[in-house]
Amino acid sequence: MPDATELELTAQELREIDTEAVLDTEFHRGRAVLVVKPEKIKAVLTHLFNRGYGFLASLHGVDYYPHEPRLGVLYELLDMYNVDRISVKARVPTSDPRLPSIVDLFPGAEFPEREVYDMFGVVFEGHPDLRRILMPEDYEGHPQRRDFPVGGEPVLFTYNEEQSYGKDV
Amino acid sequence: MEVRREPLPSDFRISQLKARDMLRGDLEGEDLERYVEQRVMTTTLNRAVAWARGNSFFPLTFGLACCAIEQIHIVASRMDVARFGWEAFRASPRQADLIILSGRVSIKMAPIIRRIYDQMLDPKWAISMGACCSSMGVFNNYALVPADKFLPISVHVPGCPPRPEALAHGLLRLRSQVLGDPPAGWRERYEAIGTEEVLAGEPPSPAVNVFEPGDTAGA
Repeated sequence: MPDATELELTAQELREIDTEAVLDTEFHRGRAVLVVKPEKIKAVLTHLFNRGYGFLASLHGVDYYPHEPRLGVLYELLDMYNVDRISVKARVPTSDPRLPSIVDLFPGAEFPEREVYDMFGVVFEGHPDLRRILMPEDYEGHPQRRDFPVGGEPVLFTYNEEQSYGKDV
Repeated sequence: MEVRREPLPSDFRISQLKARDMLRGDLEGEDLERYVEQRVMTTTLNRAVAWARGNSFFPLTFGLACCAIEQIHIVASRMDVARFGWEAFRASPRQADLIILSGRVSIKMAPIIRRIYDQMLDPKWAISMGACCSSMGVFNNYALVPADKFLPISVHVPGCPPRPEALAHGLLRLRSQVLGDPPAGWRERYEAIGTEEVLAGEPPSPAVNVFEPGDTAGA
């Protein structure tokens, strides 16, 4: 893990290339996070990739409701030579949840991106095959969003079987 | 080493001799009447067929989740459903007549289960095992669907997961449904009259949903 100083140095290095790429840095419980502008995510990841963070350990989504912008996509990078980890976070609003796909940089990101699209509705532009991966293809909504209803199907008892069974005969 | 042979009981010997006489056609009159009375049992064809069906379920080798572990145990020596004739788990739906939904059913899995069920030959039955399958239990979220939505379930076995005894009891209840047996009389024994689950304005019906073989109304 880079310590807080090293995280700031990395952020500074990125800011020197592009002044508005890094919005913020977070260092919490030994975990270093770079908060990056959504449009710049690919440039930042490419730079980190060339610096040695060659392994995408995880790519996942978060819904930060009620904070705006609500959705977050986290890229957990690992430098396997120096055993060093860094997280990159991009926040997108639900009104326009778009991010550039990083499949050409990390081919292993294909399925995680599909999962984030399935569960949170983040559209990864440039993804070769952006379909739902877990839910059925005709499913409506993105179930891991916080405004999605928690309960599923109503429980069937004898008293409501006539309404729920589809006993149309 | 000396080998000792026990003499056969004399009445067994006599009946053996009588059977030989019967085969030869030597028995006549009262002897023949008694012989036939001792050996022939009359019943209706429906009851005989139901007896055969209820005592030889061929369950499908089909496990969905953690309940499947308990389902496996009913075949093992402690619960041993071979005592009832249900031990022949079949790997093909074409050869099975009972599907045990042992675990949670996701929305994506439901059409597959329905397809397997449709491939089974009539008469066929389905048991919903565990809380998830009947009411989605602790996984009551966006991904699951209760089994009653897409299958006519004969018996619901509650529990999370149900013990193997519970599943064996559920299988026995299914057997008594198939055999058309009256209930075992526990309501009378525990004075539980009036606890039957009935719909308002409907004639009293059995507490479980009983579907006749081939009835797809609940599907």
